[in-house]
Amino acid sequence: MQAPGIATEAPALREATPGARREVAPTTHGAWSLPAWLQATPMSLVFLLFFLVPLALIVAVSFWDATEYELIPAFTPKNYINVFDGCSNTSELCVTLKTYLSTFKFCFLTWLFTLVIGFTVAYFLAFYVRSTSVQTLLFVLCTIPFWTSNVIRMISWVPLLGRNGLVNEGLIKLGFIQQPLEWLLFSPFSVVLAFVHLFTFFMIVPIFNSMMRIDRSLLEAARDAGATPWQTLWNVVVPLSRTGIIIGSIFVITIVMGDFVTIGVMGGQQIASVGKIIQVQTSYLQFPLAAANAVILLAVVLMIIWALTRLVDIRKEL
Amino acid sequence: MAELDKSQDAGQDVQAENKDAGGEGVSAARRNLLKGAAAAAAITWFPAVHAKEKVVLRYLGTAVNQDKAIADKFKADTGIEIQYIPVTTDEVTKRAVTAPNSFDLLDTEYFSLRKIIPTGNIKGIDAKRIKNADKITPLFTRGEVAGKKVGDQGTAPKKVMFLQGEKSKVFAKDPTQFITLIPTTYNADTLGIRPDLIKRPIESWAELLNKDFKGKAAILNIPSIGIMDAAMVVEALGLYKYPDKGNMTKAEIDLTIKTLIEAKKSGQFRALWKDFNESVNLMASGEVVIQSMWSPAVTKVRSQGIACIFQPLKEGYRAWASGFGIPTTLQGAKLDAAYEFINWFLDGWAGAYLNRQGYYSAVLETAKAKMEPYEWAYWMEGKPAEKDIKAPDGSVIEKAGKVRDGGSYEQRMGGIACWNAVMDENEYMVRKWNEFVAA
Repeated sequence: MQAPGIATEAPALREATPGARREVAPTTHGAWSLPAWLQATPMSLVFLLFFLVPLALIVAVSFWDATEYELIPAFTPKNYINVFDGCSNTSELCVTLKTYLSTFKFCFLTWLFTLVIGFTVAYFLAFYVRSTSVQTLLFVLCTIPFWTSNVIRMISWVPLLGRNGLVNEGLIKLGFIQQPLEWLLFSPFSVVLAFVHLFTFFMIVPIFNSMMRIDRSLLEAARDAGATPWQTLWNVVVPLSRTGIIIGSIFVITIVMGDFVTIGVMGGQQIASVGKIIQVQTSYLQFPLAAANAVILLAVVLMIIWALTRLVDIRKEL
Repeated sequence: MAELDKSQDAGQDVQAENKDAGGEGVSAARRNLLKGAAAAAAITWFPAVHAKEKVVLRYLGTAVNQDKAIADKFKADTGIEIQYIPVTTDEVTKRAVTAPNSFDLLDTEYFSLRKIIPTGNIKGIDAKRIKNADKITPLFTRGEVAGKKVGDQGTAPKKVMFLQGEKSKVFAKDPTQFITLIPTTYNADTLGIRPDLIKRPIESWAELLNKDFKGKAAILNIPSIGIMDAAMVVEALGLYKYPDKGNMTKAEIDLTIKTLIEAKKSGQFRALWKDFNESVNLMASGEVVIQSMWSPAVTKVRSQGIACIFQPLKEGYRAWASGFGIPTTLQGAKLDAAYEFINWFLDGWAGAYLNRQGYYSAVLETAKAKMEPYEWAYWMEGKPAEKDIKAPDGSVIEKAGKVRDGGSYEQRMGGIACWNAVMDENEYMVRKWNEFVAA
């Protein structure tokens, strides 16, 4: 599926952007030649087998009927109706909308914080650290947390933030508070904190990558033209890092939209997320209902990604 | 003592058999391997070694029952290896229904049977091949403790204990030769509390939603069990009296969930938990002072030196029972090994081991034979401990002179109000439970 798409896209790209010529392989063979097809085949097969087929199955199952212990192949919109059950009620939001709102909230907050922190760290690495070896060293340092699993990194926050945890005890001893702060753990705060802790790196890498490609003479030119550091940052660095920012955002948003582990562990299992609802439904063998939810979630995430890619042509930038 | 001797003899016999069966071939193969002989020689020997000695039973269940000591002891006694697959309660059912070939022995709760049996994925266990089948406590076969009927609301084991035939998908009303699950452990659950942080007596399920414990309460996030706890609270608060808490109507589910949502919105719950260890951590760290809890979790908190009580309540207990099931596809040596494990399990050592964690074992007399009289008196008869009571890992969990929470076996199991259940309206219930989580 993917192969013809890329193949047909290539000539168009060449015509539209003369500058991009260097990125396209020399065309001694036509775009439809056998070697090109052979080269694209393995990836297409992987996509077909592990992406398109399962996806088609999920869509199919979302229209099936089910009992407690068996799936009944049928065609019924029942599951989708169930998902939006009660959503016509205007006095109170239905579960599905409430869940999406809460998921969007975490998504936005996590995106905002990871972006600000990720951009700052990448900026420091790209422009302040002069030597390449120190750059590499610091970059590797950033990956150290990834040596342990996500869940371990999450759970290690619990004794820190708990009612009798290190943070609360410290604050009480220093006399800042009398009573332990309850909102530190099992709250939206702890969920966002864990997300930012876990996923900032996914912002740092693509933004750093974009920044490293910025021609340093542009910065000099900006300075020579009398731009303040802020103006240089806002008018030169940020626009040229746009690809990295968008790619990082896609990483973070897709992960947070589907997450159920972090929200479960850090939210004390009592904060809703779309992923969590799907998980509960699959563990109760309500596969068609879960599939319907998954299809809706997929559609929502695809729309977000589509909107993001409107802002930048990733294919061109890479 | 007679039982004890017999079981030891049986163990030795099995070991002797294994030695005979392995014979010269096994030791020859080992020597070859040790010497680092030609690879070809090793390969020709290997299949024989596999077939004769190394049966591995994949044991699917929750982490609670999967104790390393039990697997080690069984391997030492019989040479059969147990490979634990620990998952959550919900996941056990899911795998039993969707992937029956991924395990050789199923350890699940009786209430799940209403979902599993109609799939035909597990078969009746032949009572004739189970040595202690007729000694299994009458709680399972007739729903009685000490000759007295106990509460049977919900999925009481006696309702789902027997099948009409070996591969039947329908439960039998009266005892037959084919048993769905051979009971491993069971208990009657109640609320766990931190007496040092609560500092006053707790007597009713209603306390779970008492405003005194705002932000310091927790409830189980396994919908089918959590809703039963909630139902106990609703009844204790005098809001409603259910005809059967284990099989609610839609209106009854609405009422129960509404009560929970109101409590959640006013900040009653600190967290919900799904996994045994989560409940231990919540309690031990003091995040929570009152919560629905499992008996071994209480034992575990206490073995960390933290005060924790499995509080008996006047409305009674919510009981549960789990047991071994055999997948329909299991055959040959593995099937024999599964039967051997079940027989070994009922033979006393495992029963005594589990009794010491606060569970109850299926065959009481064999377990009694493997326990010290003072241990039996403390755990089962509700008498004050003559000596310090130790957990299986050797840590002291109760000082001499103390009495077990809930008293004797008869007092506790006689006080069952309902059993964990799967309702007819299960799908609706799960949907409403998600509403509670999202509220």
